[in-house]
Amino acid sequence: MSKLMKLHLKVWRQKNTESAGNFEDYKVDASPDMSFLEMFDVLNEQLIETGKEPVAFDHDCREGICGMCSMVIDGRPHGPKQGVTTCQLHMRSFNDGDTITVEPWRANGFPVIKDLTVNRSAFDRIIASGGFISTNAGNAVDANSILVPKEIADEAFEAATCIGCGACVSACKNASAMLFVGAKVTQLSMLPQGKPERQSRVVAMVNQMDAEGFGACTNTGACAAECPKQIPLSVIATLNREYISAKMNGK
Amino acid sequence: MKLFSFLFTSSIGRKVLMAVTGLSLVAFLLVHCGINACIFFNDSGKTFNAAAEFMAHNWLIRTAEVGLFGGLLIHIIQGLSLSLSNQTKRKEKYRASAGDANSKWYSRSMGILGSLLLIFLVMHLKHFWVVSRFTDAIQETKGSTLFDEMIIVFTDPLPVIIYVIGCLSLAYHLLHGFQSAFQSLGINHPVYTPIIKSVGNAFSLIVPLVFAAMPIAMHLGWIK
Repeated sequence: MSKLMKLHLKVWRQKNTESAGNFEDYKVDASPDMSFLEMFDVLNEQLIETGKEPVAFDHDCREGICGMCSMVIDGRPHGPKQGVTTCQLHMRSFNDGDTITVEPWRANGFPVIKDLTVNRSAFDRIIASGGFISTNAGNAVDANSILVPKEIADEAFEAATCIGCGACVSACKNASAMLFVGAKVTQLSMLPQGKPERQSRVVAMVNQMDAEGFGACTNTGACAAECPKQIPLSVIATLNREYISAKMNGK
Repeated sequence: MKLFSFLFTSSIGRKVLMAVTGLSLVAFLLVHCGINACIFFNDSGKTFNAAAEFMAHNWLIRTAEVGLFGGLLIHIIQGLSLSLSNQTKRKEKYRASAGDANSKWYSRSMGILGSLLLIFLVMHLKHFWVVSRFTDAIQETKGSTLFDEMIIVFTDPLPVIIYVIGCLSLAYHLLHGFQSAFQSLGINHPVYTPIIKSVGNAFSLIVPLVFAAMPIAMHLGWIK
């Protein structure tokens, strides 16, 4: 086993949505081979053993595909590495003796539930407003009955890798959700199954996005730079294009 | 009217309006810069005065001027209101932030850069536009021209310094704004976007540099 690293943590503690939060300082000895969340497990065990309240944080699959983990580490969502979620960030990305600041996603659209856990149901409401296709249920259709060109399938798939974690909102100075909405709109409007509703969908999703209290886009590119799935900024251009075209059609 | 209301209400629509007005201001800058650069012929402003005279009396240009001010006003009001509204979207700020890790400082400072430009612009309009349009200080019959007015204004070092700061703000505002406008209009293409970015970078460097050279050259007496 590799030598343990001595780390100083400054962790945001907040009792509930209404209460004001503050930083608590902790000391943790962590293996460089641990993931960031495993390091938090060690911290929480220490806290439980000393009769203190463990830190609440979101996690589920711990393999970078569920989109639950959400920590802003030293001012960067999912930490210093590119294309990595917090659960897949390893302690070897830090140095022995480092002080690490950990905060929750901060945005009006993502209220803090407790400590590092935020309420991301705003994303669910955006999806419910139009992020789906309408189809008649019945027997499964033959896989190749609707042909999709390979390059279209690839581009739609690239957008579809969005895990809806909210790092884009968290990184954006305006707390804008456009990379998320752009990824969903791009994915659905490119494929034949999504085309019939593309215009009403984009307008409904953008209206919902605005109503949820997310900001507008300044094209700083911070969202795409911090996205753990490396969704490109071009999905926001596609979103803009789809929206303008829908509006020009009187939708 | 309902058809265009999204340009003032929705997050994307408001950005579209910023992009359209911004690009029209870019077009204006090119014309403005080109005409003013005539002073570099160093012919006591002869070419420049002729160009200025044409711009002042051509009815097409005067009509476009109305559109220019309309676009400018929309760009300013919409920009300020967008900037202020975006700032309210994160009530609880980050205690540790690492903005430079994922974006350029000037892309995050368009509101401030724009405000600096606005302050410069008020002064600039007072110096030349108000004087030439609304006073009779510049009259060929009296033998005083817009070129003479430039010489007078730039004798004082204070306007020269302010103009250079204005040009620097313009450079950074354009460096982000030029390419950002295309993205806002939905233009992001594997071939064209790199070209747009290169043209934008060149424009943001050359135009403010040529503009800044004018007060400096006049102040130092290189142009007479």
